[in-house]
Amino acid sequence: MSRRTLTFSIFRYNPYDPEFEPRMQEYVLEETPRMTLFTALTDIREKLDPSLQFDFVCRSAVCGSCALLVNGRPRLACRTRTDEIPRRITLHPLPFFRLIGDLSVDTGSWFAQMAGRVQSWVHTTRPFDPASEEGRMSNEQALAIYELDRCIECGCCLAACATAHMRDDFLGAAGLLRIARFLIDPRDQRTDGDFFEVVGTDEGVFGCVGLLACHDYCPKNLPLMTQLAYLRRKLALASLRPPLRWILRQIARRVA
Amino acid sequence: MTRIMTDVLVIGAGLAGERVAIEAAAHGYQVIVLSLVPPRRSHSTAAQGGMQAALGNMAMSQGDSADVHFEDTVKGADWGCDQDVARLFVNLAPIAVRQMAYWGVPWNRVVAGPRQLPDGQMVEESLEKEGLIAARNFGGTKKWRACFCSDGTGHSLVYTMDNVALQLGVHVHDRAEALALIHDGQRCYGAIVRDLRSGELRTYVARATVIATGGHGRIYGHSTNAVINEGTGMAVALDTGVVPLGNMEAVQFHPTGVVPGDILVTEGCRGDGGYLLDKDEHRFMPDYEPEKKELASRDVVSRRMVYHMRQGYGVESPYGPHLWLDIRHLGREHIEKNLRDVAEICRDFLGIDPLHQLIPVRPTQHYSMGGVRTDIDGAGYGLAGLYAAGEAACWDLHGFNRLGGNSLAETIVMGMVVGRTIARDIASSEFALSEGVIRSATMQVEERLRGLASYGLEYVYDLRQRMSDILMEKVGVFRNGRQLTEAVEELLELDERAKHLGLLSSGRGPNPEVSAALRLPGMIRLAITIAYGALQRTESRGSHYREDYPARDDANWLKRTLATWPPDADLPHLSYESVRITELPPGERGYGEAVAVAGKEGARV
Ligand SMILES: Cc1cc2nc3c(=O)[nH]c(=O)nc-3n(C[C@H](O)[C@H](O)[C@H](O)COP(=O)(O)OP(=O)(O)OC[C@H]3O[C@@H](n4cnc5c(N)ncnc54)[C@H](O)[C@@H]3O)c2cc1C
Ligand code: FES
Repeated sequence: MSRRTLTFSIFRYNPYDPEFEPRMQEYVLEETPRMTLFTALTDIREKLDPSLQFDFVCRSAVCGSCALLVNGRPRLACRTRTDEIPRRITLHPLPFFRLIGDLSVDTGSWFAQMAGRVQSWVHTTRPFDPASEEGRMSNEQALAIYELDRCIECGCCLAACATAHMRDDFLGAAGLLRIARFLIDPRDQRTDGDFFEVVGTDEGVFGCVGLLACHDYCPKNLPLMTQLAYLRRKLALASLRPPLRWILRQIARRVA
Repeated sequence: MTRIMTDVLVIGAGLAGERVAIEAAAHGYQVIVLSLVPPRRSHSTAAQGGMQAALGNMAMSQGDSADVHFEDTVKGADWGCDQDVARLFVNLAPIAVRQMAYWGVPWNRVVAGPRQLPDGQMVEESLEKEGLIAARNFGGTKKWRACFCSDGTGHSLVYTMDNVALQLGVHVHDRAEALALIHDGQRCYGAIVRDLRSGELRTYVARATVIATGGHGRIYGHSTNAVINEGTGMAVALDTGVVPLGNMEAVQFHPTGVVPGDILVTEGCRGDGGYLLDKDEHRFMPDYEPEKKELASRDVVSRRMVYHMRQGYGVESPYGPHLWLDIRHLGREHIEKNLRDVAEICRDFLGIDPLHQLIPVRPTQHYSMGGVRTDIDGAGYGLAGLYAAGEAACWDLHGFNRLGGNSLAETIVMGMVVGRTIARDIASSEFALSEGVIRSATMQVEERLRGLASYGLEYVYDLRQRMSDILMEKVGVFRNGRQLTEAVEELLELDERAKHLGLLSSGRGPNPEVSAALRLPGMIRLAITIAYGALQRTESRGSHYREDYPARDDANWLKRTLATWPPDADLPHLSYESVRITELPPGERGYGEAVAVAGKEGARV
């Protein structure tokens, strides 16, 4: 295999260093077999420039730390092999999120506030009884919840989203998917009406203009397109009339 | 310097740390959790295999019970664990799994009806159990007991745990690194912390401080652990001079990390009939293990692989020598169906098609059994007000070899126990803080920072590379007196050189070179503690294998190493305490080898 020489052009900025103007900086590296952007950036930091900021944790595409713009497109750096891309490689931090420095952005704070806004937990009045067997659930249902629970909060969907670029309070595909995850969870006692209150707005499901770049760039291939459509339908209904399930529950509660 | 006061300070937001936080918050205390990264990115997220708890819902887990789980755990540990801890753990594990279900984890569930196991055997899942939590097989266990969520058990556990922490109002301060504990030799009062967004220092004062910082895998050159697992929590404990680390020489290896990247590929590859080949594409395992071949236990295979590479049969690469894993002959259908994870790792990270190409692998550090020594309630030895949980702790459930699936369960069970202990202790203890103690901790950290900025010719990544090479080569799967002595000497030399670390970059703001340089001296000291403990332990037990002492020695070594590093000492101070044996006297592990070996496991554990 003939070895290539890779030229990286990397966005640099350290807001805490007054002498540091935002700029693009070039690094040249010999490509090695099976090199990924994780191995390459680690090499650059350890051999060429120890001040270069970027984030890797799992380096196996499960933790969501390392999303960047690789030649303009959001992707997980750890799962990007250099042999898949041209030898001139431009790296920018993900847009939309607050910049910490160089390629590092603050996705963590954004996702934490999103979780707060959508109240990302199972709402139930039933207490936990350590002495009793677990509540039953069909395996199908468990798998369906897991499917929507697979988001790794990398931020690619928001970086690619037109609405998110116009309004920074948009919940994005990740936030809406989170709602869908709890909506289908039988353990969560929230009603469609409750969910509507949280996301039945332009910050939520009605802000989506349907360009669906989120779907194209999701590194986990989450079913974002179908979930967004499902939520919109479901919550549009909830806005018109209390859905049947809700009415039944109210009756059940009164009876109980 | 900003000062933040709280009831409970948890250092680490993996499963263990967040479970402690939840329990303490549920008792009404104010809790702050620190983490190097957003909690959901903690290493716990990467665990895919499963969590052990004896629910007994599957056909293949009929007859399982806490007792059977106990026996598996103690045997796995090669009798090196505390049996009262193992007993408490196996009793609580089912509750922990069910509580996670209650909180929202989508555990896979039992589907009634007949089904075929990978080995062709037919079993019938009972209708009575349908919809209860399912389990899969992990090696080293008598029964199927590992509860799982498809291929993302750790992910779903972490996301659910973090949701509950949010619900209970636990405050998470992410991108924050604890650099030193505030203590007076008797009691712990919190920590000095560096903000990794700005590079500034902050003081956290707490009535209870918990170390839940995960494993130290990354001090080894090759580790399956996340890149942030550098053992800094254990290092700050060691740095107090009074808090002992337990059994640091107990380090688990996994035979098949891929090269480069060290991502773990499942042992299922070998279990299903994969071969290990050398540079001549010769299948070498039958030469060493004519009967079990590639199916010998994890530790035996790792040792044979390293031995074979040392004989010059490794494949040279820019990332060092490796061997090949060959699964081509298993065929497309089998690979796509049963080894899908492996195929994905090969394609995505290596650009290799395992149907037609060989997979580069080598033995890789995997789990640290050692850590901050605690009692059965999770209280740290040495300092009041200090606690530990999870992989950073030595509770001591795992002894000299952790059973696959027991560590996820340990993080949650121990987190629950430690949280309760803290609630009990805070309610019953006085807290009086002296400014002098805070000042001296702060000054110590500031001194280190000034040292970096003002002098020093040593470059952090050079020393780090050297440290991790020494550990891989001399304190790895093979150990012997000569090499361990060399390792200790060479690491001590590095310890000296690390006093002269300097910076190549400006060091301003959240500079990663500063972070690395602040961590390295503590990492070197952990490395010395491991090597020195291994040198003194003249027996083989679990994953600690001495070529010069190949047998387990219960007469002399049925005990736990405790290492402290007194101020100004040249070496760690080692003492020993006996292992508590309450139910199961030492015997054969029954894994087939005469000498102690680790369990064979069937998934990415
Ligand atoms: C590839 C792989 C697969 C695995 N699969 C399984 C499995 O299937 N089943 C099983 O039981 N076990 C498995 N394990 C082991 C298991 O995942 C870990 O032992 C467990 O997740 C550790 O959890 P923890 O909470 O103790 O630490 P971690 O999850 O590692 O969390 C540590 C936390 O501490 C923080 N931290 C560290 N240092 C500092 C500091 N100085 N200041 C502030 N914060 C700090 C980090 O940011 C992080 O939040 C696996 C391990 C590996 C490597
Ligand atoms: S480093 Fe975890 S997803 Fe890339």
